[in-house]
Amino acid sequence: MKKILILGGGTAGTMMANKLFKALDRQEWEVTIVDQHKTHYYQPGFLFIPFGIYNKSDVVKPKGDFFPSGVKVIYQEIDRVEGEANKVHLGDGSILKYDFLIIATGTQTRPDETPGLLGNEWYKSIFDFYTVEGAVALQRFFKSWEGGKLVLCISELPFKCPVAPIEFVCLAEAYFAEKGIRDKVDITYVTPLPGAFTKPIATKMLSQLMDDKNIKVVPDFYLESVDSEKKVIKSYDEVEIPYDVLTIVPVNMGSEMVERSGLGDDMNYVETDKETLQSKKFENIFVLGDAANLPTSKAGSVAHFAAEILFENIMSAMENRPLTAKFDGHANCYIETGYGKGALIDFNYDTEPLPGTYPLPGIGPFGLLKNTKINHYGKMIFRWIYWHILLRGKEMPIEAHMTMAGKKNSID
Amino acid sequence: MATKTYAGQTVEVNDEGYMVDPSQWNKEIAAEMAKEEGIELTDKHVEVLEFLRAANEKGETLTIRRVGKSGITDIKGLYQLFPGGPLKFSSKFAGIPKPASCV
Repeated sequence: MKKILILGGGTAGTMMANKLFKALDRQEWEVTIVDQHKTHYYQPGFLFIPFGIYNKSDVVKPKGDFFPSGVKVIYQEIDRVEGEANKVHLGDGSILKYDFLIIATGTQTRPDETPGLLGNEWYKSIFDFYTVEGAVALQRFFKSWEGGKLVLCISELPFKCPVAPIEFVCLAEAYFAEKGIRDKVDITYVTPLPGAFTKPIATKMLSQLMDDKNIKVVPDFYLESVDSEKKVIKSYDEVEIPYDVLTIVPVNMGSEMVERSGLGDDMNYVETDKETLQSKKFENIFVLGDAANLPTSKAGSVAHFAAEILFENIMSAMENRPLTAKFDGHANCYIETGYGKGALIDFNYDTEPLPGTYPLPGIGPFGLLKNTKINHYGKMIFRWIYWHILLRGKEMPIEAHMTMAGKKNSID
Repeated sequence: MATKTYAGQTVEVNDEGYMVDPSQWNKEIAAEMAKEEGIELTDKHVEVLEFLRAANEKGETLTIRRVGKSGITDIKGLYQLFPGGPLKFSSKFAGIPKPASCV
């Protein structure tokens, strides 16, 4: 039996296990997936928890429910990959051999990388919403908060889901307006980027949105430390911003397993060919999802589009054919903007988010870089699609490669 | 494509003033570019620029954190060398593309 080993059973790893298991000859190939945790989180849902739109039970299911039966599942910590010997060492000392390896160990939040974050005030006046624990703690806090300075701060680039912080401040604005205390809440969005987003046309649209909602944007702020007693965040060039409640997007880093394996850059992301998704060090190692150091968003949609390309390339590699499928960095993100509306962006390595319609040119139903109700419904329906179609590796009626059809080069 | 003249040499630049071809770069060009932003280049600055050029050539992703771990200076030092935009200015003076740290 030849062996395919998948490290990580999150969005990327689960999709890949389903796709491969369906396609491969079961007499010839054994598919194994390793993950240390048994719970699968619907991560796009974390954003809604602080505002009571979702609760914890809306975003968790057992990982095992989504692995096809017949795939070997091992719940164990991963120590390291020994690429020269085609072996993976697990935390309990056992060793797994592979013919092909897929690394899908994702990215993690690392509040420990910023001095002052993890202290007595963690989950009292400082919260994250990238973990279910943080999101639930923030929900509890917001319920009885009477107002003051709410600061959202992005610690470092890159981070998972680059639109989530924008969505967070927009939803917070709507939440406090509904509670009748909007005039008592001062919302500030602090980012190391030069504007609300990275690319010019989307930044223009999103800056306008923030302005309309009276959300202050502080750009070019690179967080050095937090003084949780004085309640200020400090940048490397010694600017201080005071807060009453701080929502932090902690430093994101890849798995330490990647570092122990000598496969990563200094943020522990695996060095990956951005088109073939093959590791730069070993021909039989491929990388999917947030674990890769690709110059595109760390997001589920990217993992989904990349999975189609990776599937083709692994099938080629198994048959000793050249890797002809090329990933274009395609990302597609809904942006919740509050009051039952949302925006949508669609882009890749070379094309910035542009206005237009998606997925059908001229028809939609979704509007790109437009704030509409239908975009919001798209986001809400997506949770069902995620659990029932996407994770199970079923076909979606959208293209893996980005298309220019339906896009325009400027905002009307 | 626009061009600009630094230290008697005409170089191609993009809309934001970043050099298009890193091979046209030399220290004199860097010094004049820095002067435009009110920065007097020292040996320490040049060390950072050369580190960035080497990293860019290897195709590495450039972040402030990466430069902070280079051993040349720490992040705080980097801010003192290039006030107001350590990576934005240092990459410009190094004649390499502006790093797209995040999309």
